[in-house]
Amino acid sequence: MINKLWVSLILIGSLFLILTGQADVLNTQILSSGKVTLELVMQIFPLVSLWLGIMNIAKESGLLSKVSKIIYPLLHKIFPDIPKGHESFGYISSNILSNMFGLGNAATPLGLKAMKSLQSLNKNKEEASRSMITFLIINTCGFCIIPTTIISLRMLYSSKDASFIAIPCLIISFISFLFGLIIDRIWSKKDGGSK
Amino acid sequence: MKMASSLFIPILVLVIIIYAVYKKINVYDSFVSGAKEGFPMVKSMFFSLLAMIFGVNIFLKSGVVNYFFDFLKPLLVLLHIPSQVLPIAIMRPLSGSFGLALLNDMYKVYGPDSFISVLASVIQGSSDTTIYVITLYFGTIGIKKIKYALWVGLLTDLFMVIMALILVPLFF
Repeated sequence: MINKLWVSLILIGSLFLILTGQADVLNTQILSSGKVTLELVMQIFPLVSLWLGIMNIAKESGLLSKVSKIIYPLLHKIFPDIPKGHESFGYISSNILSNMFGLGNAATPLGLKAMKSLQSLNKNKEEASRSMITFLIINTCGFCIIPTTIISLRMLYSSKDASFIAIPCLIISFISFLFGLIIDRIWSKKDGGSK
Repeated sequence: MKMASSLFIPILVLVIIIYAVYKKINVYDSFVSGAKEGFPMVKSMFFSLLAMIFGVNIFLKSGVVNYFFDFLKPLLVLLHIPSQVLPIAIMRPLSGSFGLALLNDMYKVYGPDSFISVLASVIQGSSDTTIYVITLYFGTIGIKKIKYALWVGLLTDLFMVIMALILVPLFF
């Protein structure tokens, strides 16, 4: 799937640039994407290490499994395949909380750690499990109480009420979050409901 | 709300450390050994991100999308959908910064409080960069078969845009 998407992005983009005589743009794009990626990864690297360190303390002290047990009844319906008290519940809930508070810098490392612990439950390491896809959908619908970037952009253009945007965003992302969960559940059943 | 947001991380970190000290854990060693996992994780995400950024950049910078939008315009007029929000709606799953740049332009032209700007902001703010999230999360842990993840993600994004078109007018 990703393979087809990737090929079509490159083919459509390149052919269009060549046909409209903008081969030089294509040149710079091909050569600069390495630098862009490295810069992005360099931004993520310290944050990931920092949060992995902090979460390791929570794991070794037993706090994480305690949180996982408390949150289990709530998340069990969404993630029926994860066994009770598994540490991934702790990572998943901290990722969801950080997302809700608009803290992308913390949410991404915590999400990566959650995915990694879901991978330890996965039977086929190269194939996404049902829980992984559900967790991914929770992250792609950007469920968030405070869309910080947009509010600050609105303030920059001296909006009358910059944070007004938060309420419609919250309602709409919550509805699409529910929609995503339902579609995900239906699709996984169609797929055979395998782990 | 802003207060809660800025207090969330400090309180989380404090609770984790105080609980660990109470449980007599060597907090320093625990932190360092956890943080060490960061390097292999970042190493494994680099190559899938590189591939995706390479593809997405060629596509975005080619400008082919503008032709596509012109082509779709008559259909939008027919459906009474403001055509200015189309680029943001379509590009949202592919790139976060692209949408933010478009939003910046719209604020400049229409003002941040106009209906069209609010609609575009809600579309930008109610979703995340689906393609990037899939690449980052699945690439890092080495998943090759993503099954139906992309479809569910994109379908949810489409649903979000439709909901925004229906619900945002109610706020005016």
